[in-house]
Amino acid sequence: MADVLLAVGLGVAAGILAGLFGVGGGILFVPTLTLGLGLTQLHAEASSLLAIIPTVVAGTWRQQRYGNVRWRPAVVIGLAAVAGVEAGVILAEQLPEHALRRLFGALVIMVAVQVGWRAWRRPGI
Amino acid sequence: MPQLVLIGIAAGFFSALFGVGGGIVVVPLLLLSGRWQERPAMATSLAAIGIIALAGTISYGFHGELKPGAAMLVGLPAAGGAIIGTALQQRMAGRTLSLLFAILLAAIGIKLLI
Repeated sequence: MADVLLAVGLGVAAGILAGLFGVGGGILFVPTLTLGLGLTQLHAEASSLLAIIPTVVAGTWRQQRYGNVRWRPAVVIGLAAVAGVEAGVILAEQLPEHALRRLFGALVIMVAVQVGWRAWRRPGI
Repeated sequence: MPQLVLIGIAAGFFSALFGVGGGIVVVPLLLLSGRWQERPAMATSLAAIGIIALAGTISYGFHGELKPGAAMLVGLPAAGGAIIGTALQQRMAGRTLSLLFAILLAAIGIKLLI
C-alpha cells in the first residue's frame, strides 16, 4: 500500500514537472517504476513511455486551451524524433556509451548555463 | 522548418542513446533558437513528446515489455499533475520558467556526468 501511495505521489509530481516545463515526466517515472514498484530497467523504460501518453494528452489539452501549442512544429519535431530514435538505437550498439554519456552530460550543463544566463540578463521578473 | 527537423532528430537521437526524455533537448533548443517564448516552446514540446511516446510504446508493445498496470498507476496521477503544472505555468513569468528549467537541466546534466 505504501508503494502504491508513493507511486501515485511521484506520478503527480512527474505530471507537474511535465506540465510546467514541457518535458514528458520520464525523469521521475523510470525511478518510480524500478525502485518503487520493482520493475526491471527495461520494463520501466518501456512502461514509462506508456505513462507519458496520458500525461502529455492532459497537458497538451490544457495548453491548447491556453493557446500555447504550435501544432505544425510539434508534428514536424515529433516525426523527426522518431527517425532520430532509430539512428540512436543503431549507434548505441557501436559507440562507447559511457564516455559519450559524460560528454552529453557536460553538454547539457553548458546548455543549462546558457538558458539560465539568457533569462538572467532579460529584464522583468 | 529544417531547424525543427534537426531539433526533432537530435531529441530522438539523444533519448535513444542516453535514455533522457525528448523534452530536455527540444525545449532548450527552441528557446536558444531565439524565436520561441517559454510557454509555446514548452507546450509544443509536450505535444511532440506525445508522438515520440506513442511510437516508442507501440515498438515496446510488440516486444511485450510493457507493464500497463504499473504505467497507469503513475501515468493517471501524472495526467492530473500535468493539469496542475500547466495551470501553474500560465501564472509564471517566462523568465522565471527559463531559470527554473535551467536548474532542472543542470541537475540532469550532473546526473549524467556521475
